[in-house]
Formats: sequence, C-alpha cells, structure tokens
Amino acid sequence: MELSTLWFLLIGVLWTGYLALEGFDFGVGMLTRRFARDDTERRVLINTIGPVWDGNEVWVITAVGATFAAFPEWYATAWSAYYLPLVLILLTLIGRGLAFEYRAKGDTETWRRRWDLVIFGGSAVPAFVWGVLLAAFVQGLPLDAGHDFVGTLGDVVTPYTLVGGVVTLLLSLLHGAHYVALKTVGDIRERARRLAGRLAAPVAVVLAAFLAWTLLRDDTPSRLAAAAALVAVAAIAAGATANARGREGWAFAATFATVAATAATLFAALYPDVLPSTLDAANGLTVANASSSGYTLTVMTWVAVPFVPAVLAYQSWVYWMFRKRIGVQHIP
Amino acid sequence: MDVLDLARWQFGITTVVHFFFVPFTISMAFLVAIMQSVWMRTKSERWLRLTKFFGKLLLINLAVGVVTGLVQEFQFGMNWSDFSRFVGDVFGAPLAMEALLAFYLESVFIGVWIFGWGRIPPKIHLATIWITAVGTLLSAYFILAANSFMQNPVGYEINEEAGRAELTDIWAVLTNKVLLVTFPHTIFAAFMVGGGVVAAVAMWHLVRGARNPEDAAPGGPSDRGAFRTALRIGAVTVLVGGIGVAITGDTQGKIMTEVQPMKMAAAEALYETQQPAPFSLFTVGTLDGSEALYSIEIPQLLSFLGTGSFDGEVQGIDNLQEEYEELYGPGDYSPNIPVTYWTFRMMITMGGLAGLIALWQLWATRRGRVPTSPWALRAAAVLPVLPLAGNAFGWIFTEMGRQPWLVFGLMPTASGISPSSTATTVFVSLAAFTVLYAGLTWLWVHLLLKHARPGLPDVSPPADGRGAEAEDDDADKPLSFAY
Ligand code: HDD
Ligand code: HEM
Ligand code: HEM
Repeated sequence: MELSTLWFLLIGVLWTGYLALEGFDFGVGMLTRRFARDDTERRVLINTIGPVWDGNEVWVITAVGATFAAFPEWYATAWSAYYLPLVLILLTLIGRGLAFEYRAKGDTETWRRRWDLVIFGGSAVPAFVWGVLLAAFVQGLPLDAGHDFVGTLGDVVTPYTLVGGVVTLLLSLLHGAHYVALKTVGDIRERARRLAGRLAAPVAVVLAAFLAWTLLRDDTPSRLAAAAALVAVAAIAAGATANARGREGWAFAATFATVAATAATLFAALYPDVLPSTLDAANGLTVANASSSGYTLTVMTWVAVPFVPAVLAYQSWVYWMFRKRIGVQHIP
Repeated sequence: MDVLDLARWQFGITTVVHFFFVPFTISMAFLVAIMQSVWMRTKSERWLRLTKFFGKLLLINLAVGVVTGLVQEFQFGMNWSDFSRFVGDVFGAPLAMEALLAFYLESVFIGVWIFGWGRIPPKIHLATIWITAVGTLLSAYFILAANSFMQNPVGYEINEEAGRAELTDIWAVLTNKVLLVTFPHTIFAAFMVGGGVVAAVAMWHLVRGARNPEDAAPGGPSDRGAFRTALRIGAVTVLVGGIGVAITGDTQGKIMTEVQPMKMAAAEALYETQQPAPFSLFTVGTLDGSEALYSIEIPQLLSFLGTGSFDGEVQGIDNLQEEYEELYGPGDYSPNIPVTYWTFRMMITMGGLAGLIALWQLWATRRGRVPTSPWALRAAAVLPVLPLAGNAFGWIFTEMGRQPWLVFGLMPTASGISPSSTATTVFVSLAAFTVLYAGLTWLWVHLLLKHARPGLPDVSPPADGRGAEAEDDDADKPLSFAY
C-alpha cells in the first residue's frame, strides 16, 4: 500500500475514534438538559464522562494535526473554506471545556444554570457542525486551479451536508443514551434505556437515508462504502434489540459500531479524493496530489506505529479503571 | 484594516492569551507533582493539603490552557492556508507528533488524576500527575520545534515544482540550534510563573495568618508552617527560573545574532554596524526609533551579548537592509523597531523585578519572621503578574522581530495568508475571539482568586493509604474531587 493511502486510512481512523468517543460525551452533554431532572442528576451525568471527555477530544486534535502533516493541501484548503463553521465549533468547544471544570467552582444557582446551558450548546452545536463538515468532504467544494476555495458558505452548507449534520447529532444522542444506561444505576439508568428505545427507529431512518444519499451521489458507488453502510444499518438495529433486552454493554458497542461504520462509509466514498472540486474535476484534491513528500510520510509512519497502539492501550486502561457505575448516591 | 492585519492581530491575541495559561500549567504541574511526592514519602498531612490546594489552581488554569490551544491548532489552516501549503510538509510533522505524543498523555492522565483520588492505588495516582507534567514538556518541545523552524529553517529542501518546502531531515528540525536554546529559556521562564503564583499565595496567607493567629495554627486554613514551606518553594523556583533565563537568554542572543542578525539590531535599535557595540538601557527617541534623543548606554555590553566578546562586531539595521535587498530584492527588511526595542527590555525588566521580589520575600521571612506591612501584600500581588508579562513580551519580541518574514528568509508574512479569506469573516472571528478571550481571562483571574483565598482544605487521607481497596468496602461512598 502507498504510504499516502495508509495515512488516509489513519486519518479516517482518527476521525472515527473522535466521532465514536466524543460522540457519546456530546450525547451525555445534550442529555443534561431535558433528561436530567435536577442538579444531582445532572452531576451524575457529567461525572460519567468526567475522567474521559478531555482525552476523547484529543482525537480531533490529532486528526487535524495528522491531516496537516500528511496532507497539507487538504488541511489548508478545507480549513480556510470552513472558516465560519470552524469558528462556531471553536467557540462552543471552548465553552464546553470550561463548563465541565468551572461549573462546580462557583456557588450560586445562576452560575451553575449558565454553565449547564453552555454544556448543552457546546455538545449539540459541534456534534451537528462536524457532521456538516465531514459530509462536505464527500460532496466537494468549488476549488480553483490553485486548490483555493472560491465559493461561499452556501457551498459548504447544503441540503446534503445538513442531513449529515443531523445524522451526527442524532447518532451522538443515541450513543450517549446507551452510554448513560451503561454507566449509571437506578432511575437514570431505566430512563436512559427507555429514551434510547424511543430514539432508535427515527435515528435509524435518518441514518439510512443519509447513507443511501451518500452512495447514490456516485455513479459507480464504491463497494466498500456500500458494505460499510450496510454494517451501519445492521449495527443500529442490533443496538435497538440489545437495548430492548437490557443488554446495555452490547447496545453501547452496537452504536459504537454504527458510528464507526458511518464514518467508514464517508471515507470510503471519498477515496481516492480527499476534497473533490465541484467546478472542474481536475482542480480537486486527491490522496496523491495533496499528500506530503515520501520522507515526511515515512517519518510520521515510524512515529504512528508505536504510539497509536500505545495511546489506545492507555486510554482503554482508563476506561477500565473507571468502569464502575455511578448514581445519585455517589454525589457528595 | 485588511485581511493580513486582521489575521495577524487574531494570531497575536489568541497566541499571547494561550501563553498566559501555558507557563502556569507547565510549572504548576511539576510543583504539584513534587508536593504530592513529598506527601507520599513523608505522609505528612500538610503536604497533602498543599497538593490539593495548588492542584485546584492548576485545574482552573489547565481548562483555559486546553481550550485556547484548540484554537491554535486550527488557525494555521483557517487564516494562513498558503503558509500551511508551503511549510506543511515540514511543519506539520512536529505538530502531529505533539498531539500524538503529548496531548494524549496530558489530557488522559490529568483526567485520571482528578478522578483518581482515593479510587486508584496511590502510587499509580502519583504517577499520573508526573506523566501529565512530562506531557507538558513534550508538548512544549514539539511546538517550539515548529516555531524554531520558522525562526531558522533547517532540514528542508525547496521543491520548485510543488512550490513548497519539503522535509529532508527530521533530526535537524528536532535539534535546530534555535530550538535547543529556546526550549530551556521558555521552560525556565515558565517556572518563574508557577513559582511566582505559589510564593504570592503563600505570602498572602502568611500575612493573613499573622493577623488572625487562629487561622495560622497547624491544620488551620492559613497554616503557618505549610505556607512558610510553600513560600520557600515558590521563591526559590522564581530565583532558579530567573538565573536559568538569564543564562539561556545570553546564549539565545548569540545564536540570534548569527541566524537573525536583523532581530538583534532591531532589539537594540542599532542602525550602524558598530565594533564594539554598547547596550542601551533606556532611550527617549523619535517614535520610529530612527534617532535617539537621550539614552543611557553600557559600553561594549551588546557586543558581549551578541558575540561573546567585548569587542565583537554587531551589524546595524541599515547595513543589513542593504545586504538583504541584494539577496532578496527590494523591500523593507526591518521589523517594527520601537516594539522590538521595548519588548526586549521589558522582558528582562519584568523577570528582574520578579527575582528581586522573590529574594526580598526569602529575606523577610528568615528565621520564622512574617512581614505584616501592606507592602508585603502589594509585592505579593504583582509577583505572579511580572513573569507572565515577561513571557508575553518575550514572545512578542521573538515573533515581531522575525517580521517581515513568516518563515525567515523563505516566506514573507504577507504571502502566508489564506487567499479565500475576506476581511469580513476574519473581522467577525477576531471580534468573537477577542471578546471571548477577554471574558475567559477575567473568569480565570476571578476563579483563581476565589479558590486561593479560603486557604488549605481539610483533608482526611485514606486511613491505611490503600485507596482502591477502601473503596470496595463502601460502594456508595461519595466520590472525591467529582465535578
Ligand atoms: C511552550 C509551550 C507551548 C507553546 C509555544 C504553545 N503551546 Fe499549546 N499547550 C501547551 C504548550 C504550548 C501546554 C502546556 O502543553 C498546554 C497548555 C495547557 C495544557 O493543557 O497544555 C497546551 C495546550 C494546547 C492544546 C490543547 C491540548 C489538549 O487538549 O490537551 C492545543 C491543541 C495546543 N496547545 C496547540 C498549540 C499550538 C498550535 C500552538 C502554536 C501556535 C501552541 N499550542 C503554543
Ligand atoms: C505561545 C507562544 C507564542 C506567542 C506568544 C506568539 C506570539 C505571536 C505574535 C505576537 C505574533 C504577531 C506578530 C506580528 O503580527 O507581527 C505571532 C505571529 C505568528 N506566530 Fe507566534 N507566538 C507564539 C508561538 C508560536 C508558535 C509555537 C508558532 C508556530 C508553531 C507560531 C507561529 C506564528 C505564526 C504563523 C504567526 C503569523 C502571524 C504573523 O506573523 O503576523 N507562534 N505570534
Ligand atoms: C537576562 C535576561 C534575559 C535575556 C538575555 C533574554 C534573552 C532572550 C532572547 C535573545 C530572546 C529571543 C530569542 C529569539 O527570538 O531567537 C528571548 C525570548 C523570550 N524570552 Fe527572554 N531573556 C531574558 C529574560 C527573560 C525573562 C525574565 C522571561 C520571562 C519571565 C523571558 C521570556 C522569554 C520568552 C517567553 C521568549 C520567547 C520564546 C523564545 O524565543 O525563547 N526572558 N529572550
């Protein structure tokens, strides 16, 4: 395999890790609003992701850093084209990161209520906008011969990419509900299961529609993408079944697989492009013309080979360490 | 203002603010790790209380450090896409390594540290704060490697066809001679910040304790014994950091004279090449610095700083300008002289003042004494601010002194901007980030003060030191340190 293809794969894996891990903590963040009945319940929810959300967020930093190193043109073109949506993501993620830490550091009701709003917005907005931006990779953007974006915000935000946003938003919510059911005890756990049960069907429909749209955009849909799309739909159905039977671990694993297979569909549909041009196909960015030199890719591969597994190992260890369920009785 | 100016302001503001939090995190992570290690060794409750107290300040700061860092990672692509295209092949590698090697360590293990109190075996818990601290150093190393490449490009080759710089030697990038001095200089400067915070807070509580003896009793919130120790740790850290920056800064001066002579000339507003060259302490001149009306100079010092010999030659701005025009074509190759001249001096002054205050604090608290004059409080209040300001001035000097180059000798700043950016979009984001950053800086100060004031927390260490097992006895015990 070409190194540039390997790096395309790795970046796909990093995005998958981000969507699947931060996805459930986005979901938990959204659940703090209507689902949690009082302050104590809200604290239970926040504490289920407390030790892990920051590590989850690093997946996107690494995905972006790896894109910069392995495909500088992709990073440069996409990130300047996505300017305003990225500003929105940054503003909300800044608020969210502060909210988790600062919410408990004040003592008035108003203080906490304001931070709760920030947690909700900081979870819902990025969960949606990231979906829009990832779908825009597949859709393509108007690029000129110098690979520069020559469109407007309307070229990024289209019906197709909006549906992509809805998909990541809803999937995160469902994934988050499964996570809460898995990590809590008592009433919250029961309610999370019921909520997941009600969400499953509508989310599955939207997801299936989006995946079909993604495949049909191509005259000759990639077989790999089609296979991944099938896995995604099968996994979400399996998740609903497991949840109905009270198998919380399996339900969570199933939505994890759904998110991963959805990301795989997008990246498989994208390959070998990384950012097609909607003006003249020749202006598009591909794995071949956007990549770094062979030497840089080799160096980066040597770094990734030991360290990606190491990160996976210690991050898994942390999840194992904090595997205990928590409930309202643990909140001091 | 055009897109270029707006983008520069945005980068400058967001980076300088990020760097208020960065040195605090780096140094405080180590100081807290040391306090916790001493506690583990001595089992003295005093150290546990110090660990938890300063640990909380660390966490308040870390949160802002992390979220402002996120913006940096995206900005190169958003505002500086032509720069990213041109140097991405070289510059992206250290950035990606930073994420993979450092950020995961920091973020994952600080989470374990926060939530692990009493839940995981104490030795592993101690290890997590050390790993976090080492992570901050690794992160600093890789990002400074990227920055040093911009100051002194090495290990690359220009690929004319692709129109970009390509990496040919990663080792050269990671051992850039600019990096090898910038890294220790930045880390020593960071320790002045953390030391300043610890010493300032400790002094405040000592003075308060002298006024309310009840609080100062062992176990009280202003525990005199604990804060005397903390004051010493803090003040000594400031002094060691101060000596460190002076030594490494001297070496930096020499390397800078070699690789960016224009920056050294600008730092001194030295127009004509001189041998030997004096160092001016203070100048009243015309605003653009082209003429000095009044100045105090120390003969031959600049020669020493720049070349290591008291009668070395230091090149002047006008001579370098001529040389560069020949080399790179017509243009203005000098940075903004008043800014470079003054930021260089302010950096040194701020650090010097911080060192003096730390020395005074050590002297004033000798043999059990506690100063009670209002000046002790005032001095304590400015102590952490001085090194923070020194850090900011240092970076503004380094980065402004590199102008008009973005990558020295290879790419002017004006060529790095994103062609697709419009003044409106950049203005919107500049306004949004400026307002948000002002708000979060205010919040940061507010929360630090709020949590520093009540003094040391009450602690009851796990009776037998077997945190993890103790937990199993009582599954419904409230979580410690929970959000
Ligand atoms: C000398 C050190 C230094 C310098 C020059 C910079 N940073 Fe920084 N950065 C750190 C030292 C650091 C740190 C100490 O590692 C931080 C501060 C708080 C923290 O948690 O880590 C951090 C946090 C931090 C984060 C969040 C990491 C996380 O989630 O844990 C990102 C994405 C960046 N930085 C990126 C940047 C970029 C792109 C910079 C260049 C403009 C930059 N930083 C300058
Ligand atoms: C955290 C410490 C840093 C501070 C405080 C800092 C400060 C600044 C300032 C004040 C400017 C504006 C200069 C001007 O416009 O004249 C600037 C520009 C810039 N810096 Fe830094 N910098 C830091 C670290 C870095 C690092 C680590 C990098 C690269 C990895 C970097 C890359 C840049 C770039 C790309 C610009 C472009 C904008 C310009 O030149 O105007 N900086 N920085
Ligand atoms: C005798 C004292 C000092 C000397 C001679 C000195 C020298 C220097 C020099 C020459 C540079 C520019 C390096 C370059 O652009 O290549 C620099 C940068 C810097 N200085 Fe200092 N400095 C001193 C004290 C301090 C103090 C007290 C602080 C902060 C508390 C500080 C913080 C910084 C920072 C953050 C930078 C930017 C990063 C870097 O390039 O290392 N310095 N210093």
